[in-house]
Amino acid sequence: MKKKKSVIPGFGLSFGIVMAMLGLIVIIPLCSLVVFSLKLSPREFWETVTRPRVLASYKVSIMTAFIASAINAVMGLAIAWVLVRYDFPGKRIMDGIIELPFALPTAVAGIALTHLTVPEGWVGKIFAGAGIKIAYTRIGITIALVFIGIPFVVRSVQPVLEKVDKEYEEAAAMFGASRIQIFFQVILPEIKPALIAGFTMAFARSIGEYGSVVFIAGNTPFKTEITPLMIMAKLQEFDYASATSIALVMLLLAFVILFVNALIQSHTSKIVSGIE
Amino acid sequence: MAENAQAYVELRHINKTFGNYKASDDVSFSVEKGKLIGLLGPSGSGKTTILRILAGLETADSGDIFIDGQKVNDIPASKRGIGFVFQSYALFRYKTVFDNIAFGLKIQKRSKAEIKDRVDELIELVGLKGLEKRYPKQLSGGQRQRVAFARALATQPHLLLLDEPFAAIDAKVRKELRSWLRELISQVGITSIFVTHDQEEAIEVADEIIVTNKGRIEQIGTPVTVYSDPKTPFVAQFLGDPVSIKDYAKFKGFHETSGGSLAIIRPEFVTVTKKNEFNPYPVTTEEGIVEHVAFRGSMLELSIRIRDEHLIAHRQIGQELIKEGEKVNVFLQRIYLVDDAGENVHIAVNEALREESVVI
Repeated sequence: MKKKKSVIPGFGLSFGIVMAMLGLIVIIPLCSLVVFSLKLSPREFWETVTRPRVLASYKVSIMTAFIASAINAVMGLAIAWVLVRYDFPGKRIMDGIIELPFALPTAVAGIALTHLTVPEGWVGKIFAGAGIKIAYTRIGITIALVFIGIPFVVRSVQPVLEKVDKEYEEAAAMFGASRIQIFFQVILPEIKPALIAGFTMAFARSIGEYGSVVFIAGNTPFKTEITPLMIMAKLQEFDYASATSIALVMLLLAFVILFVNALIQSHTSKIVSGIE
Repeated sequence: MAENAQAYVELRHINKTFGNYKASDDVSFSVEKGKLIGLLGPSGSGKTTILRILAGLETADSGDIFIDGQKVNDIPASKRGIGFVFQSYALFRYKTVFDNIAFGLKIQKRSKAEIKDRVDELIELVGLKGLEKRYPKQLSGGQRQRVAFARALATQPHLLLLDEPFAAIDAKVRKELRSWLRELISQVGITSIFVTHDQEEAIEVADEIIVTNKGRIEQIGTPVTVYSDPKTPFVAQFLGDPVSIKDYAKFKGFHETSGGSLAIIRPEFVTVTKKNEFNPYPVTTEEGIVEHVAFRGSMLELSIRIRDEHLIAHRQIGQELIKEGEKVNVFLQRIYLVDDAGENVHIAVNEALREESVVI
């Protein structure tokens, strides 16, 4: 039997590397999560993951992450728009700064944001005057999540926006479409898939964020405790089974978020690629 | 021509500069109602700029634009009653064929029933029935052009502008679409101007051709006139794939010809016969050596050396084949002569033909 050679060489080797990496880094750790949680009976598992304090933490995590990602979707789009559409001094620097939240240790961001937003801090002072507390509340958590999530949206939208042809806008303008109509009917549909992708990535990341949030959250039970903190707390009590059980719930949640995103993306890519 | 009372579209002394590049240099022309005009020129000759200024997508530095007797300089693009077909069609990727065509009508807030009627009518007109629900990417290049065409016509413009309408389509479909577009435009009866760099396309499709070069208009006329009676050296050299020769007086039949600095010779001016074939003008016939033979489908393209000059000639495929290195008889019927100032062109005919010839 003759082996057919592919034009692109090295499939066997590179595929092997991919599978090894995926296995070592993703699949085995995730399996261990399942194995650890299986030490509990289904009943115990259910009780662990539905304790009132844990339930409250899901609510805090999902709510703050959702609001933060929604803010990021709007603000990130605005930033990407400015970076793509206009030329101004310092544009390159601004473009580089966007990625800072990726590079900065999240704890550093957490401490910095906390210092700013406590009632004595520069920003906190202003809001304290109006009777609004930021640090140690859900608002504080949301701000930390906005900080870590913004590059996801900007970096997904930016390249797509760059490719939106000026001719689309001219075509719409020839029919007398206003700027607002052009934006919502012509440009937004073009960048919507990227915007959704950026939103979901920011959302998924925000739900799991720990480092920057613990400092600013204040960690009041039922009020500002996030789910990752619950996992940490269980670990510190050496209650590994409970910790992994909660972690498993988060894993499922992350999976659902990414799955929904994948569905949306495959739908839109079908339209663009023309394959039915 | 410039002050034609019937002029539907008129440009007067349009100038436009991008940086230090002069895209339009005192451009003036007028177009009669219902005509199909081809703006022909090499890339960078300013033809697309003229189209965009006319559409209102670009503002001229100076000059006036009139459409239907009205000065439209300060009227926005959308109020000029123009349909524009973009080079890449600019179809909205996330809208279906129906929604793409309906776009302009929706912007104008027409009623749902009216939009449906109009779009159905257009889809029927461009022959895309049954494809209303497709997305642009699910269509072939030719079908996409039809959608772009229907979308431009949806709001019933009085003037249709097409920027390189066939550039994005493969050669075979292009020919088909050319005649389709020509037919459709005459059916709709809309005054149209299209931009092309392809002389064959302009000659085949347009009622009238405007040849542009370096931001200037070189010549305006029917395809026959522009092709057979070029008025400027540029037009003579741009159309018909000719060769240029400086020392033309050395060729037999042109010894007495003078009054020009350059001869432009098109392949169809050169008759090639084999040594054993009948030659009616033996006195004014040159002998040449075939250096290269290229197969061009229905004909052979011969590269011939005569008196250290190279000429290009065509020979029908049905005639006896000519091989490389073969000695042949070459008869030069006529040449285009560029005058010493390099401004005007006139035709010089071979002495042997002068008595009987009729110049078209």
